[in-house]
Amino acid sequence: MSSERKDEYKVIGHSVPRIDGPEKVTGAAKYTLDLKFPNMLYGKILTSPHAHARIISIDTSEAEALPGVKAVITHEHVPTLKYGLSPARWDENIFCSDKVRFVGDKVAAVACLDESTCYKALKLIKVEYEVLPAVLDFTTAMDEGQPLVHEEYERNINTEIHQEFGDVDKAFAEAYHVRTDTFIGQRTYQCPIEPHTAISMWDNNKLTVYSSTQSPHYFQYYIAREFGLDMGDVRIIKPFVGGGFGGKLEPTGLEFAGAVLAKRTSRPVRMFYDRAEMFAHNRGRHAQQMEITSGVDKNGKILVIHANFKMDGGAYTSLGIASAYYAGALLPMTYEFDNYKFDMYRAYTNLPACGAQRGHGAPQPKYAFESHLDNVAKDLGIDPMDIRILNARRENTETPNNFKVNSCHMRECLEKVREMSDWDEKKKHKIPGRGVGVSTGSFVTGAGYPIYRTDLPHSSAFIRINEDGTAATLYTGAVEIGQGSDTVLCQMAAEAMGYRYEHMKIIAADTEITPMDLGAYASRQTYMSGTAVKMAGEEIKKQIIEMASAMLSLPVSDLDCDDGIVFSLSREGKALTFEEVARKHFVLKGPLLGKGVYTPPKLGGTFKGAPVGTSPAYSFGAQVGEVQIDEETGQIDVLGIWDAHDCGKVINPRLLHGQVHGALFMGMGESCWEEVRYDDKGKIINPELANYLFLTAMDMPPIESEVLDTYEPTGPWGAKEVGEGATNPTLGMFSNAIFDAMGVRVNSLPLTYEKVWRALKEKRELEEAEKNKKS
Amino acid sequence: MLNQTITDNEGVKRYLITLNVNGDTHTVLVKGNAILANVLRDELNLTGTKKGCELGDCGSCTVLLEGKPVDSCMVLAMEADGREITTIEGVAVNSKLDAVQEAMLNYTAVQCGYCTPGMVLSAKALLTRNPHPTEPEVREAISGNLCRCTGYVHIVEAVMAASEGRLVPEDYKSSKAEGESA
Ligand code: FES
Ligand code: FES
Repeated sequence: MSSERKDEYKVIGHSVPRIDGPEKVTGAAKYTLDLKFPNMLYGKILTSPHAHARIISIDTSEAEALPGVKAVITHEHVPTLKYGLSPARWDENIFCSDKVRFVGDKVAAVACLDESTCYKALKLIKVEYEVLPAVLDFTTAMDEGQPLVHEEYERNINTEIHQEFGDVDKAFAEAYHVRTDTFIGQRTYQCPIEPHTAISMWDNNKLTVYSSTQSPHYFQYYIAREFGLDMGDVRIIKPFVGGGFGGKLEPTGLEFAGAVLAKRTSRPVRMFYDRAEMFAHNRGRHAQQMEITSGVDKNGKILVIHANFKMDGGAYTSLGIASAYYAGALLPMTYEFDNYKFDMYRAYTNLPACGAQRGHGAPQPKYAFESHLDNVAKDLGIDPMDIRILNARRENTETPNNFKVNSCHMRECLEKVREMSDWDEKKKHKIPGRGVGVSTGSFVTGAGYPIYRTDLPHSSAFIRINEDGTAATLYTGAVEIGQGSDTVLCQMAAEAMGYRYEHMKIIAADTEITPMDLGAYASRQTYMSGTAVKMAGEEIKKQIIEMASAMLSLPVSDLDCDDGIVFSLSREGKALTFEEVARKHFVLKGPLLGKGVYTPPKLGGTFKGAPVGTSPAYSFGAQVGEVQIDEETGQIDVLGIWDAHDCGKVINPRLLHGQVHGALFMGMGESCWEEVRYDDKGKIINPELANYLFLTAMDMPPIESEVLDTYEPTGPWGAKEVGEGATNPTLGMFSNAIFDAMGVRVNSLPLTYEKVWRALKEKRELEEAEKNKKS
Repeated sequence: MLNQTITDNEGVKRYLITLNVNGDTHTVLVKGNAILANVLRDELNLTGTKKGCELGDCGSCTVLLEGKPVDSCMVLAMEADGREITTIEGVAVNSKLDAVQEAMLNYTAVQCGYCTPGMVLSAKALLTRNPHPTEPEVREAISGNLCRCTGYVHIVEAVMAASEGRLVPEDYKSSKAEGESA
């Protein structure tokens, strides 16, 4: 009765308005910072002014004596259990006890009657430090003789990866052309506009936390673990969240210190990070050094790749082990080759910890790889578009690192952007200073394995039909952070039930009310939460049809339900409304409920690190960009960007394009402008939105995005991901467009005007020198 | 005009000021350094005015002061004394959305929504003084409002559409919800 492939659906595939839109446009939407509770206190964290220092003593007596201060806590008052997100390396404490490891590391916290008292109290806490030499450069952090960030990690090595697939040596020996390039990627920060906020409160031994989180489930798990509580005694509630992009995936000092302050004062405590503190908490993109060597045949067919990377992890692991694996894992996605070697070292440094930012680990390696591929194409005299089409991955293939790819329209995406951008014409008639670049990307549709080891399902949902049948409420642990999951999941629920979107209500992301879901990361919710929601909806539909069968005295096989009407397939006019059938169900059988659950199949190989990068489905995309470079100043003007995506069945076109726009916008920023910069003491130079430059409405170029009509056989109605994958091609696309425009390559991100100007200057000087030599 | 003041036993002065917010008159007692954004949010419970930086960089806290968009995190409450303030809560009248709000909704110009109140107010101020702006004018008018989610594409589209009275996008017409409410 349900899910054979159709061209047209009543609810999915349409740009219905966002379910949370009215609250957002009227200002009624409440984010965590907008919530207040009776008797609530305000909390703030004291952080380290040094990148690396031993704590000699902490004196809180003056702060405690200040009127309005209700609690002051340090490492003496909190659990000493280390936490983190990647379980293999839990290395962070609520407060530092022996030494601080970056400017911004957590030392103490206060809870006060108001915010201004908090700032006064923080100033009164006296911490005596012995400043230690700091490790600030990840490229030398692992050399012998460097100071150690964590004594237990020799040579500051946080993660070390060596993977080899196929016969790498043989392939290099047989290659027609071998080339090596090295690129550098910078530190960037997610910069959601909503600051992180948490409100903690206790009811006897039960802890409730309202938080701007991307994953109530992981918060619940990690907070329960830290305080030795049962998960059932920790309730995480997600109010509206103002963007995450990976930065709100793990609990912060706000939740951990907040819980302790709330316990000690027996009052709710609200804590938030201001903008500079957000930058210091970070968990943004790692800086990376990426050396890529390829071997290709005469025609440009890739035979072998060796990726040799180093990354700057910062002071703690966060989710960085996964980031390190992701950097290499996703490289073989968009092009087919059999021989692949990946070496990676993730270093500890005395800088803020890095984690998962949109496209997790993949965008910078993709930048390196795509830039390198253009260099190879140039060496061989092949058009950059042609070399990509030649190597493009096909459907039903497997990567050398054992990822199974079902649907894949990589080649069609490339052909589409070729056509949209008028590529061939632009290549034929080159205008001085102008260039076009192409790049590809791919991303997981949800991770195949959860972050901590568990056999719990990844998603679950249930639906309750209102007693009179006039509304349906979807309960899901899925996490709306702006991407539109509440809307898309309601569309899916309505479609599966044969009901109407405008009667949908949703209650989401409250661990005490909604069934478990791993949350908003790894681009997983449309597919994974969606699969659970679809199952729940189909269970409702089945019960509706059974009830209607009794009411109409027709066999179940003769009935269907669509768009709120239950009707006979054979007899015209024999029909009932969903409402009346649902009401009857309640009268005769009690609540009408449907439930669904999703667990991914067992995926991936058996080598070390094999789970990272596994996914039930992968998205693919290609982008072309055209730039104009001002030779005098290095200024880059973006004339246009064309994007084509293979993201399976589209549930809501406008929301989907919104994801592409946002991802592209972020990728553009990372390409040319965004960089978190540090001084020689490890202090962030630009922790403000005025100085960490991301694009304003005036900087945003015209974008054309198109989706191909594709279908993922394992996905709900054929859907797969889009939200993160669209970031992946952008950096490489810019690099290649700039390369095409000026004939020289900038080998480090961001590709700033200054770097472009310098590269042009060097090129000119080189040409002059050549000329002088000849004459 | 001299404000009435009260001095507490630590010697801190508080001033009695009048804020006209969305047509309502509020009398509040504030310190001299009280920030308008905080007074609106904390004293008047108008939390639709967001705070994203408190440095005048992001525009989330935009309100209209005598019709002009300002970052309310950079305005002292004292400076707003006696003046007319419009916050996002005052834009829809009797739950009838303003054209900008309606277009933002229908064109899916909203993602996380954190920048939205500020965007709506900046756009509304623009359309009030210039009912038919060009696209560059729209971009300029909202350039002080940072959005990290949308790339501004749908936002610009929505503001342009609002100015042209096209409150419902073409692709939206095919949606079930529209067919239903029409
Ligand atoms: S909070 Fe006022 S401009 Fe950012
Ligand atoms: S919609 Fe999220 S910041 Fe604009």
